[in-house]
Amino acid sequence: MIGRVGGPALAVTYLSLLVLLPLAALITNAFSGGWSEFWAAITQPEAVAALELTLAISGIVAVINSVAGLAIAFVLVRDDFRGKGLLSAVIDLPFALPTIVAGLTLLALYGVNSPLHVDLAGTRFGVGAALLFVTLPFCVRSVQPVLAELDAEVEDAAASLGATQRQVLRRVILPSILPAVLAGAGLAFARAVGEYGSIILISGNLPFKTEVASSWIFGLVQSDDNPAASSVSILLVSIALIVLLGIGWARRRFDLSESV
Amino acid sequence: MSIEVESITKRFGDAVALDDVSLEVPTGSLTALLGPSGGGKSTLLRIIAGLDTPDSGIVLIEGEDLTHTPARSRGVGFCFQHYAPFRHLTVRRNVAFGLEIRHRPKAEIKARVDELLELVGLAHLGERYPSQLSGGQRQRMALARALAIEPKVLLLDEPFGALDAQVRTQLRLWLRDLHATLPVTTVLVTHDQEEAMEVADRLAIINHGHLEQVGAPADMYDHPANEFVLTFLGSATRLGGEWVRPHDLVVHPVSEGKPSATAVEGTVARVTHLGFEVKVEVDLVGEESCWVQLSRGSAAELGLQAGQRVWVARSDASDAPNHRHPILSA
Amino acid sequence: MRSSRWRLPLRSAVLVYLGLLVILPVGTVFYRAFQHGLGAAWDALTTPDALHAIWLTFIVAIIAVPLNTIFGVGVSLILARHRFPGAWLLDALVDVPLAISPVIIGLGLILVYGHTGWFGNWLAAHGITVIFSVPGIVMASAAVSLPYVVRSVLPVLLEIGTEQEQAARTLGARPFTVFRRITLPSIRRGLAYGVTLTTARVLGEFGAVAIVSGAVAGRTETLTLFISDSFNSLQPESGYVGAVALCLAALIVLTLLTVTDRNRDAWHGKAVA
Repeated sequence: MIGRVGGPALAVTYLSLLVLLPLAALITNAFSGGWSEFWAAITQPEAVAALELTLAISGIVAVINSVAGLAIAFVLVRDDFRGKGLLSAVIDLPFALPTIVAGLTLLALYGVNSPLHVDLAGTRFGVGAALLFVTLPFCVRSVQPVLAELDAEVEDAAASLGATQRQVLRRVILPSILPAVLAGAGLAFARAVGEYGSIILISGNLPFKTEVASSWIFGLVQSDDNPAASSVSILLVSIALIVLLGIGWARRRFDLSESV
Repeated sequence: MSIEVESITKRFGDAVALDDVSLEVPTGSLTALLGPSGGGKSTLLRIIAGLDTPDSGIVLIEGEDLTHTPARSRGVGFCFQHYAPFRHLTVRRNVAFGLEIRHRPKAEIKARVDELLELVGLAHLGERYPSQLSGGQRQRMALARALAIEPKVLLLDEPFGALDAQVRTQLRLWLRDLHATLPVTTVLVTHDQEEAMEVADRLAIINHGHLEQVGAPADMYDHPANEFVLTFLGSATRLGGEWVRPHDLVVHPVSEGKPSATAVEGTVARVTHLGFEVKVEVDLVGEESCWVQLSRGSAAELGLQAGQRVWVARSDASDAPNHRHPILSA
Repeated sequence: MRSSRWRLPLRSAVLVYLGLLVILPVGTVFYRAFQHGLGAAWDALTTPDALHAIWLTFIVAIIAVPLNTIFGVGVSLILARHRFPGAWLLDALVDVPLAISPVIIGLGLILVYGHTGWFGNWLAAHGITVIFSVPGIVMASAAVSLPYVVRSVLPVLLEIGTEQEQAARTLGARPFTVFRRITLPSIRRGLAYGVTLTTARVLGEFGAVAIVSGAVAGRTETLTLFISDSFNSLQPESGYVGAVALCLAALIVLTLLTVTDRNRDAWHGKAVA
């Protein structure tokens, strides 16, 4: 009904104009000066520092929020109290807020004029807080529906076989939701690695200290060094892709038994 | 006495699921809790297992008061209608689960699991996952899993309800044979009276939270305690205002004259051939229709057709005025 | 898990975490924005630069969101209803913007449409400026929000299957009628969710737009850029007020998301119909 050829052609054109061509341009631009230029760009000390910081902090944030997301999902699905609906809406807030506003809110509370007298501006903790903020919804929303659909009978079965609450949690519940937790962690990691808007205000972009990869790339573009920016971009995307593929593999491995 | 429940009452909000139910389950028996859906059977089973708590009443298992003991400490084996498999574990690990959490030595676990898988006929499927098994295989795995912990009693909640008719019949007989080999006290919940009568050596009929009657299947069939049991267990129809089993009725052509004082005249409405039996629906004069169950031979002899006028009478009827009908004594 | 011993401690821990991470920070922004009274806030939001930023953000949204909606529904229909080699590739490519930093997306766009880019000469010859101008901002916003409609609509289409549509066809309906009367109503909720997410993303996009726009105040500044600029030029009040404006927009977005989310009942422990 969309037309066998017309529809897909149109869709591919739109996709190309917005995503595929720019990606291709990035690759050619990165190597426009050959391998040596590419290598120089990605081995520059400030670039390396930014990349290391980005990957490390994104990994840590993904782990922390996987745990937090699990706890929050438990409370949302299995606990009951007044205001629970409001809590659910609060979790989506980082999703709905523009990143710059997200950064602003954290700066307001944990920055120079902090009413709590906690100053995280210009620190790696500040960057971490910003990333925790923006990636939280991914970790909660990937686990929540799976947890909600867990069969209560399976837990009854485990109890009738003699399992304590702890054993039910460890041996039955957690293994069942592990794929979902990994999915959330993957989304969180991917988001954190590329995050820009929420970080720039609170981090101060201090080189070798709080400068993340996206800021470094931005700086390179502003100083008109597109090839270097493209090189670092390609590297960042490649690493993120490898990590995501790894998480996807792990997910499928644990999900093998779930294909009922 | 393996299981005794006394005066169990359970409410869910305003609805009464169980109303002062008391029951004894003899050791080594296979008792069926039978009744219409929503009648309270599963609730009672879950209370015996400790998966639900009664509002009042006590539960004794092998003489011990376990009313307030959690499920995991009662030593009961429980099987669910939808098998409740641990999807992330292989069949072997499923069966081994109860032993693993009791931290039994690996060699012992392996031996026991091998034994059980052999017993339920799944020895070659040990490394598969539940998702790769058929429904019948999953239920057999669930049984093996429950038996692994050597339970005092085995509780089965509509175990064959989710299976195809043919598999259901097979597994029914298989369960009966298993029970003969391994006489663990078993309580089976079902709404299928044919299944109950075929498998169990004792029936307990529960309707709307009440225990209607307990006894051996044949006894209950011949001597139902009330109208509900009569109509629920086996088929029943009415003649002359009284209940009677359709196979206890006979049909005479009207030309032969009234066969007995209690016979009623009517018109054949429909004749249905169901293999070995023939169902004859008759519109009776002056009362609601009944149906008669005849053998193929009898039906062929009579040559019954729709529209034919007939007499319907009890097969054991006599004209003695004080003859008491065997069904619904007192 | 039937016992309730874990509930209170876990609930408290979760509330503390969310309080420190989300609730308090957002609350502080609202406080700072209206610290000097409603009048001052209104003034800060109605300066020419601020008004232009709001206007520009609105224009970008009005163009980018419908474009992505049409694309999203189209691609969902293609992927759900047709089998063809490379379908998996199309599906994966749609998700690309989710995995790549907006800054990188913006850079890619510059490399293609900038004056030294692949189409640079062709565009200049036709008098079209994309980068450092509104079209560039529209493209950047569309690129980063590309996947959302597809991801919301495709699962719905797969779930409801083709039976209803086939039934309609046997009753004599033409393809477009089937789409209008059967398909569209059934994806309404998922579509609303996807469109809301897309709008939120477009309104809130910063990184890609920052690279692509050159951030000239009063000309190519969206509201998000305006906020950032206010802070960098040490006029935080306007920044806070702008942030509040976007916060309110976000709250509307949130309400719409909550209302249209199909999985909402499942999340709270009840079965999905």
